[in-house]
Amino acid sequence: MTVLSRAEVDELAHLARLAIDDATRERLRGELGAILAHVAMLGEVDTAGVEPMTHAVAMTLGLRDDVPGPTLPVEVATGGAAVVADGGFVVPAVIRE
Amino acid sequence: MDDVTALTATTLAADVRAGRRSARAITDAFLDRIAATDGAIGAYLAVDADGARAAADAIDAARARGEPLGPLAGVPVGVKDVIVTRDLVTTAASKILAGWRPPYDATAVARLRAAGAVVLGKLNCDEFAMGSTGEQSAWRATANPWDLARVPGGSSSGSAAAMAVRAAALTLGTDTGGSIRQPAAFCGVVGLKPTYGRVSRWGAIAYASSLDQIGPLAATVADAALALEVIGGHDPRDATSIAAPAPPLTAALDRGVRGLRVGLPREYLPDDLDADVAAAVARARAILADAGATIVDVSLPHTRYALPAYYVIAPAEAASNLARYDGVRFGARAKDPADLDALYARTRGEGFGAEVIRRIMIGTYVLRAGSYDAYYRQAQQVRALVRRDFDRAFADVDCVLAPVAPTPAWLAGATPTPLDMYRADVFTLACNLAGLPGLAVPCGATAAGLPLGVQLMGRPLDEATLCAAGQVIERATGPAPRAPWPPREAP
Repeated sequence: MTVLSRAEVDELAHLARLAIDDATRERLRGELGAILAHVAMLGEVDTAGVEPMTHAVAMTLGLRDDVPGPTLPVEVATGGAAVVADGGFVVPAVIRE
Repeated sequence: MDDVTALTATTLAADVRAGRRSARAITDAFLDRIAATDGAIGAYLAVDADGARAAADAIDAARARGEPLGPLAGVPVGVKDVIVTRDLVTTAASKILAGWRPPYDATAVARLRAAGAVVLGKLNCDEFAMGSTGEQSAWRATANPWDLARVPGGSSSGSAAAMAVRAAALTLGTDTGGSIRQPAAFCGVVGLKPTYGRVSRWGAIAYASSLDQIGPLAATVADAALALEVIGGHDPRDATSIAAPAPPLTAALDRGVRGLRVGLPREYLPDDLDADVAAAVARARAILADAGATIVDVSLPHTRYALPAYYVIAPAEAASNLARYDGVRFGARAKDPADLDALYARTRGEGFGAEVIRRIMIGTYVLRAGSYDAYYRQAQQVRALVRRDFDRAFADVDCVLAPVAPTPAWLAGATPTPLDMYRADVFTLACNLAGLPGLAVPCGATAAGLPLGVQLMGRPLDEATLCAAGQVIERATGPAPRAPWPPREAP
């Protein structure tokens, strides 16, 4: 059975901004390893010269006309946030003295 | 006694338009039905009784004024919790969106309301639509009304269970890899996954954007067709919605299958297929043949690679889409984070459930610079080959007939590993990868009384053929019965 290393799981968790505890990390090592081992069977398929399919519908996304329309009022748009001040979302300090 | 909740959506709307019933009386009957059943079933996460009664009263008032009523006038509907509803709590069955009240309606919901439908509440599902059993809901698992010890399927678990017990006359689900069709089959109702782009995804909480599609679950094929007529059609707010008019489906329902060529893909009928499921497909095949269709063996050779392709592409898109849940703009937020990184990581680690975390991690893995070509690009190339298989088949046949899931509904807690759960999606994923429409329609039951379904898949935008063929199966097997209530004792 394929098992990811602790360092690999920690790197993924960091990239995905997920704080996980030790028990979760241990569980994920085996679970992710098993899933990745299964999907590796994709490598059996000869895909030489096959254009990757990114979407079910072949379409060129166009631009909308640049016409002003109704938008949500600020207090509605921010209404679902846990911490709001002066019409903006509040985050911990990013720039320090 | 006249049991309003046993009637189809088509009948209810006709009765309201003709003045034979009031929308309010219908809504009250369905609210009573929810109160009687939902403690045991767990289909609903939120019931908006006041809002539903007000909407019903507005329909009745409009009729009293002589105003024209819409095609779903007075029809009580339930909406999967990954579809946003204005001011009605929408959580995607996730702790990370606990208590969130969206400021707008999804296009599909707005179109239902404009057609006169009455929104009863929000339906349980696997968290962010990631799961095949309903057990991944952060709030509670939903029970299968036919046997409370069994799963209702997923991810649209509540949408299917509510329909089975008629705690709604119509429900909306979403289908990214089978999430409408598989629970519909497990619960004995009709589930229609439209062509990708047929229904606007505006207001559908994104899981895998190149695969997600909203569609109806219903008591009959005619009800599903009516619902898709209402919610389908171009929406300028979804750049991927197809600029084709809403399909005239109900008009095509009665055209039958005479002269139709129906493909039977051998890859969907493996030797180890569950005997009851195989019997249901054989029954549907015989029904269609008796009704004048020609059954043709076809091959979809890349079928076995749909599962791994899906479980690369969908997690990759999920990892990207779910980056927005960061504790800043909506939903839950970790307490007292030391800095911005801690706010993000702790909010997400505390807010997401185990399956969501697994998929985000897999998606992150396959999108990394070192594994992108081997996994993500290869999966997209395989996706093209899956689509090519269908294109070749549809050069010869008008639709294909297949199982929905490899087995009937299984016991809750019976999926030991995530990979086991993924394998249960083996017959539904290819339809999403290829962007095709798919219809799950009931076709008999096991000896123990568990529902069985079969699946029809068709050419892009050809839901009409699926509905016509599905109705032939429905007419031959009899309309899908309501799950008995109170529930039978498990055998």
